[in-house]
Amino acid sequence: MTVPILKQGGFLIASVQDAMTDGDAVQLQDDLMQQVGRFRSRGIIVDVTMLDVMDSFAARSCRAIAHMTRLRGAVTVIVGIQPEVSFSMVQLGVTMEDVLTALDLEEGLQLLAQRTRGEAGRG
Amino acid sequence: MVDQDLEVRVAVDVDIVTARQVGRRLADAAGFTATDSTLIATAISEVARNMLTYAGRGHLRIRLVEEARRIGLEIIASDDGPGIADLDQAMRDGFSTGSGMGLGLPGARRLVDDFAVVAPVGVGTTVTMRKWRVRRDA
Repeated sequence: MTVPILKQGGFLIASVQDAMTDGDAVQLQDDLMQQVGRFRSRGIIVDVTMLDVMDSFAARSCRAIAHMTRLRGAVTVIVGIQPEVSFSMVQLGVTMEDVLTALDLEEGLQLLAQRTRGEAGRG
Repeated sequence: MVDQDLEVRVAVDVDIVTARQVGRRLADAAGFTATDSTLIATAISEVARNMLTYAGRGHLRIRLVEEARRIGLEIIASDDGPGIADLDQAMRDGFSTGSGMGLGLPGARRLVDDFAVVAPVGVGTTVTMRKWRVRRDA
């Protein structure tokens, strides 16, 4: 299942549908990296509202996306982690401290706007 | 009445998703809370992935265990893989011989109530986990 990626201005929004496999997660990393380059995106939202489980692999994938895209000059925010999923992640011990998060898409976009404001535009 | 004793074979990454969906459905049907259902699904995901990574394939038996005062959801994940040479080390956070950052076994253990691993080297690995809920009418 390919994760759809929408372009909104200088940002990319990836909406994970339910039941993401490991292969899907790796594909998402590749797709985002490609599109950051193609569209010169400054910010990325990965919306995981539909994910009912975030295990250590999913958390690693989010961190990888955040780190890799930062190396290419973009800011990534993970949004929509559900309450039960948050609890499980804490129990599991996947902290994702070095990854920006926001409650939902709206707050994620606000955060991106703050983080990318005032920097010289490109493209 | 939903089937209470299920087997899921794991050989590719899609099977990990199947296994946790089976676990979640059974947990929901048995009256576990949404949170506990998620913990169960996450624990299944961790051990199923371990199985794929280290043994290439395996299977999970997911079933309900009924007692007078409580109901348990039991997961037995077994494979014919290499086993685990140093179980103490594997049960310590951060340790991994695979490409991940560990957390598979110690992480899963934190999500469930009962947890046991038997993993003789060269024979295979069996992880048994149980999550309990107290019967509301007990």
